[in-house]
Amino acid sequence: MRRYFLARFAQALVSLMALSLIVFFLARLTGDPRDVLLGDDYSQEQWDKIGELWSLDEPIYVQYAIFLRNAATGNFGESIFWKEPAVEMLARRIPATVQLTLTAMSLSVIIAIPMGVLSAVKRDTWLDYVGKTIAMLGQSVPAFWLGIVLIWVFAVSWQVLPTSGRDGPLHYVLPSVTLGWFTVAGLMRITRSAMLDVMDSEYIKLARVKGVPENVVIWSHALRNAAIPVVTFLGLILGNFLTGFVVVETIFSWPGIGLLAIRGIQSNDFAIVQTVVMFGGLLFITINFLVDILYGYLDPRIRYE
Amino acid sequence: MADSGVATRLVRERRSRWSLRAFRRLPLIPGVILTLVVICAVFARLLATEAPTFGNLADSFIPPAWVEGGSSKHLLGTDSLGRDVYSRIVYGARVSLIVSIFAIFIAGSIGTILGLASGYFGGRLDGLIMRLVDIALALPTILMALVLVAVLQPGIVTVIIVIGCLSWANYARQIRGEVLTVKERDFVVLARSIGSSPARIMTHHILPNVFNTVIVLATLQVGSVILLEATLSFLGLGIPPPEPSWGQMVAEGRGFIVIAWWMAMFPGLAIMLTVLSMNLMGDWLRDLLDPRLRQL
Repeated sequence: MRRYFLARFAQALVSLMALSLIVFFLARLTGDPRDVLLGDDYSQEQWDKIGELWSLDEPIYVQYAIFLRNAATGNFGESIFWKEPAVEMLARRIPATVQLTLTAMSLSVIIAIPMGVLSAVKRDTWLDYVGKTIAMLGQSVPAFWLGIVLIWVFAVSWQVLPTSGRDGPLHYVLPSVTLGWFTVAGLMRITRSAMLDVMDSEYIKLARVKGVPENVVIWSHALRNAAIPVVTFLGLILGNFLTGFVVVETIFSWPGIGLLAIRGIQSNDFAIVQTVVMFGGLLFITINFLVDILYGYLDPRIRYE
Repeated sequence: MADSGVATRLVRERRSRWSLRAFRRLPLIPGVILTLVVICAVFARLLATEAPTFGNLADSFIPPAWVEGGSSKHLLGTDSLGRDVYSRIVYGARVSLIVSIFAIFIAGSIGTILGLASGYFGGRLDGLIMRLVDIALALPTILMALVLVAVLQPGIVTVIIVIGCLSWANYARQIRGEVLTVKERDFVVLARSIGSSPARIMTHHILPNVFNTVIVLATLQVGSVILLEATLSFLGLGIPPPEPSWGQMVAEGRGFIVIAWWMAMFPGLAIMLTVLSMNLMGDWLRDLLDPRLRQL
């Protein structure tokens, strides 16, 4: 287990380095990074200040070292547009995104896992077909469009739910459904196939022969054993939410990090963009690492690969 | 005798995969929808009733033909600039198709070349390429797209490059695995023993045997590429206006959802139907050519 852990940790570090290299070089791809960082409208003072922060007179490898040092202390420079340290702007927006994630995640679990289990248990009945249809649609309906349709139906036509702001529980409904939609489909499919595998096994047959009530067999014996792939998938979903944040926060004007990234791009504010990307990448890589470790812990076969 | 019996059966099985029976299970409705999309993309000029960028402000916000106030001149209504929604969707098919074909070509080529080299040569090169694959899979696609688009000029070429360069890793990993088994087979060993160069062995002996996998992966990917292009365009990071792209049309319609629902509704339906059909087609092709990929 220790070797597996170290190998995965090294891999995560390498990925993180690669990410920082890509961000670092992309900003310098077009020549002086100040062209990207400052956009078109800047003063001589700003020009010099950024030159100093990133030590642009030094050779490129020294610049990279300084970039890494700054990144490690969360110093990504100041937003040109808002004249504020980019990392502070990011920090202020994290709670909104985390709240949205938690509600969307809970919603997906509450809907997807029972649906997946029922779909597997009542295989080839109408319930299964409903489940399969939802799973198929989940992969084909663009989240940005679903969000707009939901706004149209629930906010414009029926006027029962708000479209933006986050003042009360009702404000969470539409963004969470939009963000969770894709997840419900995936999670349901994974739950279904894991349950189908488990239901075929000897110990389920044994439980039935012993006379355990069918409900207990399904929801206690089988589901617990089907949990490994489901839990792993849940971890991976968190990473995939990154795309969702950007889209959903744009549609519902949700004041989180996804919207910050888009605002950064729209106003040509590269300090913001690189902060969000480095932070999102760190999050993504960390989650993948934790999922790998969890997986190795739950399923010992993985460790010896 | 027993051997030749097995061989004939294998040959027959192989042939029957491509027999008419397989085509009978071809999903009909998705097939029709995809054919329509391709026809729209190829003959956009003939099928569209107006130029996709032509707008007349006097004609803005005309509802679809079957709704009260609609006009038969504009089947699916007009947008805020008086442009014909139907014509823009027809031309949008072209954008979606061009982006997916070229992006998948780039991704497939990079992935296949790296996968072939990785599997065939093994050793250090294999280790290096597989680490690259791990890294590529570990980086979040949308964030990478954000940085790239922030630095490069927005446009269809950028979108193609971004999507192509971000989605090669799956091909490399899968092809490498296949190459590892194919390179141990007799005809490869023979080719090597008569002195064929590695490049020739890879292109003439190994590639034809792993090409089914490439095709299946490519088909399975079309849906997600169309979705990614639409998402980027929706966020204003993809195809810049006035060029019609489905994602960007939905974005434009978003601001007018109260007064003109059709602006966002129809392009979204186009994306959904195309992606859905493509995914069903991909599943069918996978079961036909390469059922082992089922777990993907």
